[in-house]
Amino acid sequence: MNIPQLIPVGDPSAETFTINLGPQHPATHGVLRVKLEMDGEFIVNAQPVPGYIHRMHEKMGENRTYAQYLPNTSRIDYLSAMTYTHAFVGAVEKAAKIEVPLRAEYIRVITSELNRISSHLVGWGAWIMDLGGFTPILYAFDDREKILDLLEAITGSRLTYCYYRFGGVCDDVDQTFIDGCKAFVPYMRERMKMYKKLVTGNIIFRKRVEGIGPISAEMCRKYGACGPVLRGSGVNYDVRKAEPYSIYNQFDFDIPVYQECDSLARYLVRMDEIEQSLRIIEQACAKIPEGPFQGKVPRILKLPVGDTCFATECGRGRLLVRITSDGKEEAYRIRLRTPCFTNLSLFEEASQGMMLADAISLMASLDLVIPDIDR
Amino acid sequence: MSSSIEQLAKEFAPLAVKEMVQLPPALVPKPAPAPKPAAAPAAAKPAAVPADPSVVGRVIPNPPSVAPTPAPKPAVAAAPKPAPAPAAPPPPPPKPVQIWKFEDKGLHLEVTVEPANVVAAAEIMDRHGFAIDAVTGMDWPTQGLLEVIYDFLHFQTGERVAYRARIARNDPKIATISKVFPGADWHERETHDFFGINFVGHRDLSPFMLPDDATYHPLLKDFKA
Repeated sequence: MNIPQLIPVGDPSAETFTINLGPQHPATHGVLRVKLEMDGEFIVNAQPVPGYIHRMHEKMGENRTYAQYLPNTSRIDYLSAMTYTHAFVGAVEKAAKIEVPLRAEYIRVITSELNRISSHLVGWGAWIMDLGGFTPILYAFDDREKILDLLEAITGSRLTYCYYRFGGVCDDVDQTFIDGCKAFVPYMRERMKMYKKLVTGNIIFRKRVEGIGPISAEMCRKYGACGPVLRGSGVNYDVRKAEPYSIYNQFDFDIPVYQECDSLARYLVRMDEIEQSLRIIEQACAKIPEGPFQGKVPRILKLPVGDTCFATECGRGRLLVRITSDGKEEAYRIRLRTPCFTNLSLFEEASQGMMLADAISLMASLDLVIPDIDR
Repeated sequence: MSSSIEQLAKEFAPLAVKEMVQLPPALVPKPAPAPKPAAAPAAAKPAAVPADPSVVGRVIPNPPSVAPTPAPKPAVAAAPKPAPAPAAPPPPPPKPVQIWKFEDKGLHLEVTVEPANVVAAAEIMDRHGFAIDAVTGMDWPTQGLLEVIYDFLHFQTGERVAYRARIARNDPKIATISKVFPGADWHERETHDFFGINFVGHRDLSPFMLPDDATYHPLLKDFKA
């Protein structure tokens, strides 16, 4: 029998190979491709290649009126559509100096925070599914269903809400909705206790996230990271506190900050944020005033010439909308600075030298929504 | 306004342009009379004078002739009374170093710098602990200019600073700031995609959001799909 002899080619330890993660990989949460240069199980370089579902939302903003563009905003990050619509209507209201009635602001805060919880629940479930635990996502979707039912009753849609309007919201909420929110808060608190037992204290989960994927505060600053990624790196920054919009400065809530900079810190920030959102909903439901839900808005909306910036804190971080108007019915330019774009941009540096399975944990901890990157 | 913003404004002053072109307002008078002669200017014109100031409760200068059409509606709806008073003094043109009220613009400081100074400006931002927010472009075909806008924010103070540089549209070249802020890498690559601006010194300007074989720049105003 003739056994071919192995001929060594170069230095095997210095040999790397390139593989593709995605674009159709479940762990990338959508159509994202990552070009991985691997040395065995270790990542030499990981270069994300976005753009597979690029839709040019910014150009669409230039050839439709402000009202026509409104539904677009909820389709950028489909998991936190409310906050995205909020950023756009906020920018237009700021430029056109449209007054928003107080009741509408309360409705916006309640729906935004409900949306944030549902967004975190999906991120939570999907993350643990990436790490191999299938059960939690079923619990998460069960609870999320309660939120979707509440929001569906007032908005008519389950995912891509186009509920906010310039100067208010499109329809008033009824007492059933307020009561539903009031009942949801204690229900969710009980569930959070169960989640803590089920996942947070789970040794298999902790081994996969503790000390994995360190992102320093300095790296966050250089890359403009935002949201739970930033707060998991010990930076106390939340747009709701730093650039208070709507009526967030009237509520008593904390910004969860963890100093550990690892995936677990980002996980804990999200879990604490659910609790803080519940606190805001509780307060808002208790003192929501009666009154109109829609302010006075000119029939043909034209913004004064110039730039306006408006930022909101979305489920994944800071969304900045910059509208440049030349006085016409359409915007001259709409710039959307989305949180996942900047959060993913640090992945290349942060993942160097990691094992591939850990990089998946790091990527899941960024809580990516791909349409948000590609726009 | 906090003292640190004034301090920043002082530091930015040497980098700023000497002559400020008023971009958004300068744009309007040219296309406004030309493309829409039939857009009922006769009806809009008389209302324009009282209406204009009501629209302009803001800092950006808006020459009286600028917006004839938006005028009538807000004038009737919002405030016909306070309108004539601010009509008399036209708002001052924006300065190269402009401190804004945050409630009006969502910005604290806006600077128009010489294109050669963008890296120096980024270093100022870095030194003061600012984080990069975004880099983007803007197309001004009538003026033959392309604009690059750099947004920054401060995590601790919540201050927002933006600076912009204007470059010739037929030879759009500007230095990259990705050596100072690595996060600018992706933003600049995307801006190159959409506007064709060449960031000199950037490590990779191949198509990013667009298909690999894309040779077009969709956010240019003369782009036709």
